[in-house]
Amino acid sequence: MAVSYPVPTSPIFGRFTLDALPFHEPILVVTFLVVAVGGAAVLGALTYFRLWGYLWREWFTSVDHKKIGIMYMVLGIIMLLRGFADAIMMRIQQAWAFNGSDGYLPSHHYDQVFTAHGVIMIFFVAMPLVTGLMNYVVPLQIGARDVSFPFLNNFSFWMTTGGAILVMMSLFIGEFAKTGWLAYPPLSGVSYSPDPGVDYYIWALQVAGVGTTLSGINLICTIIKMRAPGMTMMKMPVFTWTSLCTNVLIVATFPVLTAVLTLLALDRYLGMNFFTSDFGGSPMLYVNLIWIWGHPEVYILILPAFGVFSEVAATFSGKRLFGYTSMVYATVVITILSYLVWLHHFFTMGSGASVNSFFGITTMIISIPTGAKIFNWLFTMYRGRIKFELPMMYTVAFMLVFVIGGMTGVMLAIPPADFVLHNSLFLVAHFHNVIIGGVVFGMFAGIAYWWPKAFGFRLEPFWGKMSFWFWVLGFFFAFMPLYVLGFMGVTRRMRVFDDPSWHIWFIIAAFGAFLILLGIVSFLVQIGVSILKREQLRDTTGDPWNGRTLEWATSSPPPDYNFAFTPVIHEIDAWWDMKRRGYKRPLGGYKPIHMPRSTGTGVILAGLSTAMGFALVWYIWWLAALCFVAILAVAIGHTFNYNRDYDIPADEVERTEEARTKLLTGQVTP
Amino acid sequence: MSSTTTTAPETGEIVFYEKDEHAHPEGHSTALGFWIYLMSDCLIFAMLFATFAVLGGNYAAGPSPKDLFDLELVAVNTAMLLFSSITYGFAMLAMEKGQAKQVQAWLLVTALFGAAFLAIELYEFHHMIEHGATPQRSAFLSSFFTLVGTHGLHVTFGLIWLFTLMVQVGRRGLVPANKRRLMCLSMFWHFLDVIWIGVFTFVYLMGMLR
Repeated sequence: MAVSYPVPTSPIFGRFTLDALPFHEPILVVTFLVVAVGGAAVLGALTYFRLWGYLWREWFTSVDHKKIGIMYMVLGIIMLLRGFADAIMMRIQQAWAFNGSDGYLPSHHYDQVFTAHGVIMIFFVAMPLVTGLMNYVVPLQIGARDVSFPFLNNFSFWMTTGGAILVMMSLFIGEFAKTGWLAYPPLSGVSYSPDPGVDYYIWALQVAGVGTTLSGINLICTIIKMRAPGMTMMKMPVFTWTSLCTNVLIVATFPVLTAVLTLLALDRYLGMNFFTSDFGGSPMLYVNLIWIWGHPEVYILILPAFGVFSEVAATFSGKRLFGYTSMVYATVVITILSYLVWLHHFFTMGSGASVNSFFGITTMIISIPTGAKIFNWLFTMYRGRIKFELPMMYTVAFMLVFVIGGMTGVMLAIPPADFVLHNSLFLVAHFHNVIIGGVVFGMFAGIAYWWPKAFGFRLEPFWGKMSFWFWVLGFFFAFMPLYVLGFMGVTRRMRVFDDPSWHIWFIIAAFGAFLILLGIVSFLVQIGVSILKREQLRDTTGDPWNGRTLEWATSSPPPDYNFAFTPVIHEIDAWWDMKRRGYKRPLGGYKPIHMPRSTGTGVILAGLSTAMGFALVWYIWWLAALCFVAILAVAIGHTFNYNRDYDIPADEVERTEEARTKLLTGQVTP
Repeated sequence: MSSTTTTAPETGEIVFYEKDEHAHPEGHSTALGFWIYLMSDCLIFAMLFATFAVLGGNYAAGPSPKDLFDLELVAVNTAMLLFSSITYGFAMLAMEKGQAKQVQAWLLVTALFGAAFLAIELYEFHHMIEHGATPQRSAFLSSFFTLVGTHGLHVTFGLIWLFTLMVQVGRRGLVPANKRRLMCLSMFWHFLDVIWIGVFTFVYLMGMLR
């Protein structure tokens, strides 16, 4: 071990001591108390209402893609609250720390806050929400019963959750990285960051990354292999197309992240010299490698959102999507180009004019297929009978906001301009502009659009619209000032400021963050109110929006097996085509349906992986070794189980389908 | 996807659903899924190769490939791995003929070659470290040990998998699930061979030319 500083490690607890608990940080103590009381209340309620068995059997061990999709969404929304808490803390600090004031966050805490905000929002909010939507919707859209590898799907979800748990643990046990969300060396190296923060970062992302990669493989196979008969590639719904491209990007980039984080870990744990400043290491190699993952990552997030907007624009305009083929090609072109632009994140590296020009031009070229998409959505709406339901409102807001973000992106793609704007708040404004305007609005549109499918009742519109307006206005108040500040030369990640002329802009930005807070609260209220009013909001048809794609052909919520009979597809908008040509729902002749069995192995493996990550963070070597051996044993043991499927008997299918028949004919109110 | 007619043969009406249960055979996408997994693994190696390409000349005044590599030893090592791929091929041929015992025997031979490969690699590592060429010594050595070591780690997992499959074939014979697993491991094992050819060429041979 060539760790260059003395670490008091005990053979049993590693470097963990009681000093690692933040008793001396009042903010964290209060947070911990709130979390502990809230957590105890939730756990107590689950125990009191005897829900543990139900949750374990019906949800945690389920391999049903619909339930896993919903669990991903729940994870994403919970982590959104944490990520947003970090955001508003930063906004308050920056609006406060003027005129000689130090604000309320000490620097070591503030640095963790901005790191955790970025990491959580990307890996544990945006990724679970995107993966959750794809998981829920893709098999239904292609007329499949589940994904290709249902067990792997469950395992992937729990690995993602395990990563999120590690990040959350760092809040109260030790600390998180103070390096910024991509942990550039040499700052993230062991000599400048000897504390466990960066190790939490590494192992949280490694554990979650395994889940993401496997989930990517799973969804690619599902889309390639399990489409219903007749659904050729060019008849797939656009959301499925964007999902396919996103998952190709996941499989083509997450291994890069795994590799680069492994190298950083080797530097930190074994004293190797990949990214150190001496013995021949090269910190800029890390920056290159991580952005080879990092740039495609933003397209991993935005492409499914593009898919949502495509479905929503067509459905709520009552028209076929304009330019389906160009939409598909635009998506594929973006997928490929996203691989050729990574260097625009560090034009200032000094790689020379020719290299910078190449990456500047490839970056600008991406705006062409993206622009084509915007026009396609506009032409879809043109002369349509537009219904301004919540998903459609988000789509319109997206087109407005995203175009601004896209244009500031093209500005940043010009290397000389980037030399001025690099690392400034202009950049921060730009990427929030595209991620909030694109991904977040897309996810909210998707949630509002598919919620009735998942639960059988619509979301209540009033609070949804409140949430919408707070989010949109809040976004403009929070981030337009950052563009201004960026032009004034303010760099990102600053804790205190000297120049009083900046103050007003930070106050406006903090006000915007407060509006967004109201938007999040309204969203939660919307869900609560909708659940309370679910009888009034009930949809018995399974097709509340007069939809166009196959997921609307089955009941809401769909039965375990999704479709009693495998649909046969003739057109792009398969369900629209079926309705138009007088499709009659089959009422008999049911066959037993072959389905995968639930298993707890995914939970156990992910739990062991998380424990191993924790042990590695704290140098508790015996626990890490024990967990590793246990992972191998459980994984091998799982392969000895050959009995992984069962049949839903035909009479059970018949009962389920007859219940739906009664619903459809209005004989029974649910 | 099964072949489906889109109109009913007797009436000519358009068919919107299949009357018969449309079951996918178990493991219908395993081959594709495993291929994609291998390609993702290949990317990890690609990153390690790229890292070696960037850092491989940074000796930091320490030893260089010419001081360290013993090409004859590496050639023997390469032969071990190549032989193990051939013997795995024999295991697959035996599987096609349905001879479970032979499959097990060839898997065992494969494992022996694989273990020999690992032993020689560990001997090489040990030798280098003893002479002060540790992974910490220079960026060249960090990237060398990581690239070659990651390959070795893969071979180790391949060995564990080989023994697991020997037991499973022994217990259940050549059932479809086991055949599928044999096929996956076969792809994995040959993949490691291909990676090793890359290591041998770019790390050892070209390293000696530096």
